[in-house]
Amino acid sequence: MKQKVTATVISQKEIAPAIYDMWIATDLAEQALPGQFICVYPKNKSTLLPRPISICEVAGDKKALRIVYRIAGQGTTEFSGYQAGESVEVLGTLGNGFPVAAGKGKKVFLMGGGIGVPPILQLAKELREEGLAKEEIQIVVGYRDSRMFLKEDLEQYGTVYVATEDGSFGTKGNVMNAIEENGISADVIFACGPMPMLRAIKQYAEEKDITAYISLEEHMACGVGACLGCVVKTKKADHHSHVHNARICTDGPVFEAAEVDI
Amino acid sequence: MNTKVTIAGVEFKNPVMTASGTFGSGMEYSEFVDLNRLGAVVTKGVASVPWPGNPTPRVAEVYGGMLNAIGLQNPGIDVFMQRDIPFLKQYDTEIIVNVCGKTVEDYVDVVEKLGDEPAVAMLEINVSCPNVKEGAIAFGQKADALYNITAELKKHAKQPIIMKLSPNVTDITEMAKAAEAAGADALSLINTITGMKIDIHKRTFAIANKTGGMSGPAIKPVAVRMVYQVAQAVKIPIIGMGGIANAEDAIEFLLAGASAVSIGAMNFVNPYTTVEVVEGIEAYMKKYHVEDIRELIGAVR
Ligand SMILES: Cc1cc2nc3c(=O)[nH]c(=O)nc-3n(C[C@H](O)[C@H](O)[C@H](O)COP(=O)(O)OP(=O)(O)OC[C@H]3O[C@@H](n4cnc5c(N)ncnc54)[C@H](O)[C@@H]3O)c2cc1C
Ligand SMILES: Cc1cc2nc3c(=O)[nH]c(=O)nc-3n(C[C@H](O)[C@H](O)[C@H](O)COP(=O)(O)O)c2cc1C
Ligand code: FES
Repeated sequence: MKQKVTATVISQKEIAPAIYDMWIATDLAEQALPGQFICVYPKNKSTLLPRPISICEVAGDKKALRIVYRIAGQGTTEFSGYQAGESVEVLGTLGNGFPVAAGKGKKVFLMGGGIGVPPILQLAKELREEGLAKEEIQIVVGYRDSRMFLKEDLEQYGTVYVATEDGSFGTKGNVMNAIEENGISADVIFACGPMPMLRAIKQYAEEKDITAYISLEEHMACGVGACLGCVVKTKKADHHSHVHNARICTDGPVFEAAEVDI
Repeated sequence: MNTKVTIAGVEFKNPVMTASGTFGSGMEYSEFVDLNRLGAVVTKGVASVPWPGNPTPRVAEVYGGMLNAIGLQNPGIDVFMQRDIPFLKQYDTEIIVNVCGKTVEDYVDVVEKLGDEPAVAMLEINVSCPNVKEGAIAFGQKADALYNITAELKKHAKQPIIMKLSPNVTDITEMAKAAEAAGADALSLINTITGMKIDIHKRTFAIANKTGGMSGPAIKPVAVRMVYQVAQAVKIPIIGMGGIANAEDAIEFLLAGASAVSIGAMNFVNPYTTVEVVEGIEAYMKKYHVEDIRELIGAVR
């Protein structure tokens, strides 16, 4: 059930330049699925709208959630100042999440670009729990440079391949270059990252005739499907308005790449 | 203590409604709010055929509020009547359907179809959406055009009609008087105020449509002023809205002359706002020993 609740900050630290890692205590963790997100509300009343942030990890006891975010503007700047013990208003859990079952018994690519890396962590963890071997969980992540984040966390659950834009670590270039350079392949893809990366993955999946599940982003107001602010063009008529415009916050954020026009 | 209000013969258990386009048809927020507690649910605008709406980004944040240019994405009246009305009928709340169109015929078509549905208590006619190129707003910015469409719809409507006024006019009382003279049963105001935001880093418009309608707490003083002016100018009841965040805000609108209030953008900030406003109004009435909510309506002159 979706709820707006008051969570408590457990810890917060900067894990790369302008990238923050925050654990919050909340019962929403009980229902959290990988690829779902929460909306975080700034306390400053001039910045009213909720900030959608992906669930990066769910605590083992299901009492806390981890989010990893980049400072992008006023809201995230405010969040980065929160101290342990402070309260924070969140709405969750939102969206559909990645279909973990679609990875069962397969060799998968989990691809994350930049601030799209965080939701990949919980997904890797759950695929591992589903019985996939570490070699079958091929995690391909792209960063700007060698100031990477979540890499060690990801290495616990899969085989990690890295690309950096400046070539300071791993493959020089993007995640597609890393796939090529390492000569790896997969039966199914799960991805989150910037639009150019998602477009490249959509094309790659079409060429290889495999399914890719991609997580999309759009500016949101309600986060619950009521305002119709956050749509993406879809191949099939969407079930809500029947106009080929699905709501990313509720019908997504994860879509089959073949189903969306991006 | 009486919290009931009557508008054009329709009785509402309390004066708290949802603002069109911010609450879907109630389904999404029914997870948060007991819809039975609300005076009415006002639905998202519905047209004669499905509308795809505008490109994204459709929403942007501004200081103390937001801009939107959804472009009235909606499934069309047929799907709406098969799905949304039956959903709302399960609840003990009044149903007000917001109607949009590009031509007078579009509006008439929707109004006639809704005439067959007795569960719909009232129709709210959106002639004030700033985000669609044709129709809509054109009817809401010229007094004679507003008079004509109101008079035409009155011929076809089975339910009482509420004309929703745009604040993007020189003199809102002129528009209010035109609608009243043409037979409107009630007025609602304000719709959003046309605004713009530029992303200085990307050097683009924050909203793909370039302009968007502004709503949220930052517009409240403008809305209260307009409700007050219109209340002085016409005799038909007013549903007031614009930036209501809590019961105090809602009471301001009642005192300015609104018989009911709608909550819009603040649903996005606090999904429980509507019910909190219902409870807050009751608490205010107790505190000031107000026996009947109607004592508050237009009490400040
Ligand atoms: C489903 C989803 C999951 C996300 N997960 C993460 C995550 O795990 N980590 C992370 O760092 N970021 C994530 N983002 C992006 C994050 O929402 C924005 O960076 C954040 O809202 C910026 O807020 P701000 O106040 O700092 O920036 P400002 O520019 O001040 O924000 C102004 C307004 O624009 C909105 N906005 C700005 N950028 C974006 C954006 N890229 N997407 C959507 N809305 C935006 C804000 O929510 C706010 O309403 C996600 C976005 C979506 C849609
Ligand atoms: C996202 C959004 C969608 C809206 N859609 C409609 C609509 O379909 N029809 C309409 O008459 N008004 C629409 N409105 C206007 C609201 O009903 C209301 O008049 C306005 O937002 C002012 O109230 P607020 O400040 O409480 O939001 C919309 C407003 C928002 C924010
Ligand atoms: S943010 Fe309102 S519908 Fe998605």
